[in-house]
Amino acid sequence: MQHDMIYMDNNATTRTDPRVVEAMLPWFTEKYGNAHSRNHAFGWEAEEAVETARASVAKAIGAEAREIIFTSGATESNNLAIKGVAEFLADKGNHLITSTIEHKCVSDSMKALERSGRQVTFIGVDREGRIDLAALEAAITDKTILISIMAANNEIGTVQDLAAIGKLCKSRGVLFHTDAAQLVGKQPIDVEALGIDLLSMSAHKIYGPKGVGALYIRRAKPRVRLVAQIDGGGQERGLRSGTLNVTGIVGFGKALEIAVAEMPNERARLRSLRDRFLTRIRERLDHIHLNGSLENRIEGNLNISFAFVEGESLLMSLKEVAVSSGSACTSSTLEPSHVMRAIGVGEELAHTSIRFGIGRFNTEAEVDRVVDMLADKVSRLREMSPLYEMVKDGVDLQSVKWSPH
Amino acid sequence: MPYSDKVVDHFENPRNVGSFAKDDTDVGTGIVGAPECGDVMKLQLKIVGDRIVDAKFKTFGCGSAIASSSYVTELVKGKTLAEAQDIKNVQIVEELALPPVKIHCSVLAEDAIKAAIADYRKRQDAEVGDPAAARS
Repeated sequence: MQHDMIYMDNNATTRTDPRVVEAMLPWFTEKYGNAHSRNHAFGWEAEEAVETARASVAKAIGAEAREIIFTSGATESNNLAIKGVAEFLADKGNHLITSTIEHKCVSDSMKALERSGRQVTFIGVDREGRIDLAALEAAITDKTILISIMAANNEIGTVQDLAAIGKLCKSRGVLFHTDAAQLVGKQPIDVEALGIDLLSMSAHKIYGPKGVGALYIRRAKPRVRLVAQIDGGGQERGLRSGTLNVTGIVGFGKALEIAVAEMPNERARLRSLRDRFLTRIRERLDHIHLNGSLENRIEGNLNISFAFVEGESLLMSLKEVAVSSGSACTSSTLEPSHVMRAIGVGEELAHTSIRFGIGRFNTEAEVDRVVDMLADKVSRLREMSPLYEMVKDGVDLQSVKWSPH
Repeated sequence: MPYSDKVVDHFENPRNVGSFAKDDTDVGTGIVGAPECGDVMKLQLKIVGDRIVDAKFKTFGCGSAIASSSYVTELVKGKTLAEAQDIKNVQIVEELALPPVKIHCSVLAEDAIKAAIADYRKRQDAEVGDPAAARS
């Protein structure tokens, strides 16, 4: 369908790299053994493939293979890390800390723990989306067992100071979990250097298949233990029962190998595409705001508010581009983005934000086309916007008495 | 965004976009909504005698908010003030087949009509030197 559309929503998901698909294919129809079958060659070759992928995944984050367990994706990894640790360390403490800009699978896991009697502290972020480290430190008590802070944000791409958080956790004897779904494979990350105890990953954010991910669980200094959240055949050292998704795992391993090998060049390329996008759109339009940090950011992400133009109407106008919006009107709940709120972007600007996720398969020509379309559509919608008209007439929108509904 | 063809048509070819001079005495201006809610509609009616002879809008909002305002400008033209006052949001919902989550857009459009008529009446009252209006 719609082959003429430009896909620029790579923080949502990515096209599976053809090299990854190629690596996966034999594992559907020729080598379809169950990695847990110990009695025949089908099982052995599947197990070997899983272990090869496990080694690739471990290497990508500076871990050992036996510290990696495969899951269905970052959502499952985050649930397991947070609930598993909370359950295992229930006697040690009942307090967990996270941030206000986490993905739902982290914040809702935390809220589930709150309902079962735990205390959770949500730490705020600054205008760039970075954790308030002083507040984080101040929130730690002798009952704190886990701090979960995402490595890079899915909406605004902000990368946290993981080294500082890791150091703080270590000094206070608190476990550090990070949801690194948006960072792994895009920027270097090393669990040893950064003091990370648990780390969640996902394949489909890095040109691998959907439905597969992993959780890194530190084995030494300290040895992290958790309670499994899925019962069954005891696979993955008893931490994640269920027949392994061999095909997906092979694809995940391949995707990470490619991402790591190409990382230096790809980072530079994405950065130049991103800068080109930003420079060109700023030449064409006034009243635009970059949300998040330009410095501490994953390269492919841009989140821009186009003042006076509501996000959903802009998405509707950009028919040939696949992007997403923080506008409440694009969500089924009509709730504006919690990330926009957390970084202090006013509600009126949150409604006008668009996320562009530039990825491996985007070209310079595509960036130029998107900028052209954007400039054209934003201008058209601003001609229809009473707010733009008022601002052009010198009205201060803050001083207007509106009628909220 | 499973929008109806009519919403898409009004969004892509909006009718009567623009502004009248809002200080003209034959113009009523209604501005409803708020930027922090994600939609602001400005509806202007040009009125001769008791009849709406022209209408213009500008809207900041989602696709269905823009479509609702565009449709309303067509709907009110030629109507008397009393008839326009009676327009209910359900009419807009039905015409545009708005999904449930977008019904508030039609409510806003209904409010815009009422606000524009109220503004016009206030101006008229001020024009003829109505003492009540002068006091307020």
